[in-house]
Amino acid sequence: MRLKYVLSEVAVGLWRNVTMTIAMMITMAVSLTLLGASVLLYLQVNHMREVYYEKVEVTIFLKAQDTTQSQKDVIEADLKQDPLVETYDFETKEEAYARFKEIYASAPDLTDLTKPESLPESFRVKLKNPDAFDAFKEKYQKYVGGEGIDTIVDQKKLVEKVFSVLGSLQTLALIIAIVQGVAALMLVINTIQVAAYSKRREVAVMKLVGASNWFIQAPFVLEAVAAGLIGAIIAYGTLVLAKIYVFDGALEPLTAVLTPVPWFNVHMMLPLLAGAGALVSSVTGWFALRFYIRV
Amino acid sequence: MGLASQLHRVDFRPVIALEHVTKTYPKAQRPSLNDVSVSIEKGEFVFFIGPSGSGKSTMVKLLLREIQPTKGKIIVNNREVGNMRSWRIPNFRRSIGCVFQDFRLLPNRTAYENVAFALEVIGKTQAVARRVVPEVLELVGLGGKEHRYPQELSGGEQQRVAVARAFVNRPLILLADEPTGNLDPDTSIEIMRLLDRINRTGTTVVMVTHDSNIVNQMRRRVVEIEGGKIVRDQPRGVYG
Repeated sequence: MRLKYVLSEVAVGLWRNVTMTIAMMITMAVSLTLLGASVLLYLQVNHMREVYYEKVEVTIFLKAQDTTQSQKDVIEADLKQDPLVETYDFETKEEAYARFKEIYASAPDLTDLTKPESLPESFRVKLKNPDAFDAFKEKYQKYVGGEGIDTIVDQKKLVEKVFSVLGSLQTLALIIAIVQGVAALMLVINTIQVAAYSKRREVAVMKLVGASNWFIQAPFVLEAVAAGLIGAIIAYGTLVLAKIYVFDGALEPLTAVLTPVPWFNVHMMLPLLAGAGALVSSVTGWFALRFYIRV
Repeated sequence: MGLASQLHRVDFRPVIALEHVTKTYPKAQRPSLNDVSVSIEKGEFVFFIGPSGSGKSTMVKLLLREIQPTKGKIIVNNREVGNMRSWRIPNFRRSIGCVFQDFRLLPNRTAYENVAFALEVIGKTQAVARRVVPEVLELVGLGGKEHRYPQELSGGEQQRVAVARAFVNRPLILLADEPTGNLDPDTSIEIMRLLDRINRTGTTVVMVTHDSNIVNQMRRRVVEIEGGKIVRDQPRGVYG
């Protein structure tokens, strides 16, 4: 019976002030969506880091024209005995062209116009320590220019750039989530105080006859929790739609760069966001009441 | 230990005891209650009288633990109230029934629902309410009016509902703060008869009032407060 009483009080409370309830749920939902997006991005960047650091190479691009076999032999001999190098591969113009066609499969005009001869040969070098690029580059600097090497490129530096873009996106999402979260909490405080005011007579009687504090406060706090939970469900739904229509939809061609967002991570956001929404709104609600309903 | 001394221990242990209680509100020049000691035994009927601002309301608030004393000890039902932890207060208040001048009924609930509400919010089931509430409404003389809303009842009837609500949980103490303040003399007497009947069930009744007629008619113990001090404590007093 007590549970029934509390739940019906919550329903009545949410309905009594329905515009405020909706405002509270929307801000909660926006805040939690961005929080979820931020967490997903964080997981994604970590995952991509693992995937890419496994794969990153240093590429020594040879000049597309006028590179002699002896120049290649000299470089290869150096690579063979270099203690920094774990493995290396030589990529011919044909292999480079095949890779090029694969990368730009969606742009047939470009691949048609490009001929294998115009692509450079390269050494794909995997370093024992991916951070030793500078020392490696130093050694081969002497071949740059006249001796056959065009440029030496560290893929790690390229992916770091991608990560830093994703990282700032994540920070941005987190900041907006926090700002929206603060707005949501203000609404929670306001809603609870309005609710407590509209039920001040009941509260006075309850205190008088010795209703326990939790019994007096539970309906108000649960109102906030309900709004938090519904906000979390909306946020989860938004993330699911984002996964379907944005990551697997609009950004699909980029899957070579952006590793796909796993469904597991998206589903994990439901308990996470529900927990965060419920916890934060109940703590806020409880604090708001502390100041409003004195024993 | 002899029977007499055992009886003494049981019967004369005060149900309310104030020991050198001083209450000074923050920013106040002088204390509202100044070194007050008084003891009330189980089953007594006590009037606290005195002019406005004498400290009567402070006394009520202290007994309900709405405020804490600045100095001194307050013991109610063998519990030290002054330093009681706040989470114990609700349970403590269940042993005190309260009636006020302004009735404090919920306007959107019937007489029955007002009384039942007091039971439900302390965790009693509806089955208990269905058994106990009609009984207590009958006791206060509201049989047949259970389903009236407060605005459909006279002032005296509303106060009866309030008394029923205060008494339904069978408290050890009934605390009445100017219960007749809003009622005409005839109705006031009816309410006093009701409080007297409740007192006869063994419930200690503490009533704060400045209604001299009633005090003079009842001839019960009178504790007079003035300027925060007890100036008179008579077993069968008059308003004076």
